[in-house]
Amino acid sequence: MTELSRVSPKHTPLYNWHKAHGARFIDFGGWEMPVQYTSIVAEHEAVRKTAGLFDISHMGEVFVEGPASLDFLQNLCTNDIATIEDGQAVYSHICNPQGGIIDDIFVYCLKFPSRYLVVVNASTSDKDFEWMKKNSRAGVELRNESDKWSMVAAQGPKAVQAAGNIFKSIPERHRVLETVFEGSPCFICRTGYTGEDGVEVIAPNAVIEKLADAFDLTPCGLGARDTLRLEAGYLLYGNDMDETLTPLEAGVPWAVKFDKGDFIGKDALAAQKNGGLKRKLTAFKLLERGVPRHGFKILCGANVAGLVTSGTFSPTLKTGIAMGYIPVGLSGPFAIECNGRAVPAETTRLPFYSGSKK
Amino acid sequence: MQDIEKLRFAKSHEWIAPDGTVGITDHAQKEVTDVVFVELPPLGKSAAQDGEVATLESVKAAFPINAPVAGKVSAVNDKVAKNPELINQAPYGDGWLFKLDVADAGSLKSLMTNAQYEEFLKTDAAHP
Repeated sequence: MTELSRVSPKHTPLYNWHKAHGARFIDFGGWEMPVQYTSIVAEHEAVRKTAGLFDISHMGEVFVEGPASLDFLQNLCTNDIATIEDGQAVYSHICNPQGGIIDDIFVYCLKFPSRYLVVVNASTSDKDFEWMKKNSRAGVELRNESDKWSMVAAQGPKAVQAAGNIFKSIPERHRVLETVFEGSPCFICRTGYTGEDGVEVIAPNAVIEKLADAFDLTPCGLGARDTLRLEAGYLLYGNDMDETLTPLEAGVPWAVKFDKGDFIGKDALAAQKNGGLKRKLTAFKLLERGVPRHGFKILCGANVAGLVTSGTFSPTLKTGIAMGYIPVGLSGPFAIECNGRAVPAETTRLPFYSGSKK
Repeated sequence: MQDIEKLRFAKSHEWIAPDGTVGITDHAQKEVTDVVFVELPPLGKSAAQDGEVATLESVKAAFPINAPVAGKVSAVNDKVAKNPELINQAPYGDGWLFKLDVADAGSLKSLMTNAQYEEFLKTDAAHP
């Protein structure tokens, strides 16, 4: 019965490549993705010290084209999309009218102001595309091409060098370059989500295996991707952000530009800013042995102040690190309840660790 | 390094040697992934069969370790407390966890042989 009704997981075009490299898989929002090949810690260290390669083909690609593209994106996004010119990228949120985060995205300007590439999260790509269509306007063509494109991220201090062995030129940080690989169009983006320098390359499904081989880097799974992004202080949609939380509460006010004109969620966010935040994403470092995990209680004195949204053992800092939402103004003492034991913790600024990104 | 053929195995993936040394199986260390903390039992602690006596924490999750048979903890491996990665590197060698004074030597017969454990791993019961 359950066998029959089970929805078969989605696979990226690199699925067989992962198997050939000895991957172990987990479900990630309906996608069967590699969690690790050899060891989460070894893959984590490869990215911090040299470079590693991640399959992020499950992420979505939406092309926005037409003369009204910029106006459309300005209304859709919290960040100021008009500040990016041809070949530049910017991080932004998409909010609902209440200011709740629908997704966090990267917008790449291919041709100002009429051609953009929006990279969205895997689990939210269908929801995002519906929201985009609902808020579209004359002079905008939206194409969800998530099924046509694959994406690999080469990350680490040696990642750009590895990319340089494949491509003639590599864009500067937070820039994108349209180029060709094996006769197919592709996009090299000097972006990432690990805290290290590196590139994310978007290429057609048919050539992605060749591209992955061409990089010749340590294959890295989602396990290492999670510990790396958490050390770097990056939030994971669905864990650390959702539609009940705003970018201001999530500690990313720099991605909300109130002075750029109207956008969806602006009034609610402005009201929240003027009224003062009630809760805020707060980062914690454990002072004693323990590994904080998603859903563990954050204690302030004897009271539960909030729950851990993301937590792990930091392979770089060799200590437990966590983030979660707690009321503004609490001064502690803080602890995180790990398997029934209150482990003392101190608040800290993000990132937990600064990598090689510029 | 233990002689695997002399070990006996519990369904919760611990092994026990004839001298009472306890560790986790190679299959278990792969499931647990990189161990970062080990909480070992105090010396002299009495454990019932399948009673929880230790905890492994990996990057991924926390895993309880049970006593394969009833007994009293007579030694713990301080080396794994300092270098938890030994559990991943040598689960049948330097990665042993603790030693039990087995209460009833006959109780080891209730456990699986290596061949039986290999068969058990092919069943769904081995992968809760």
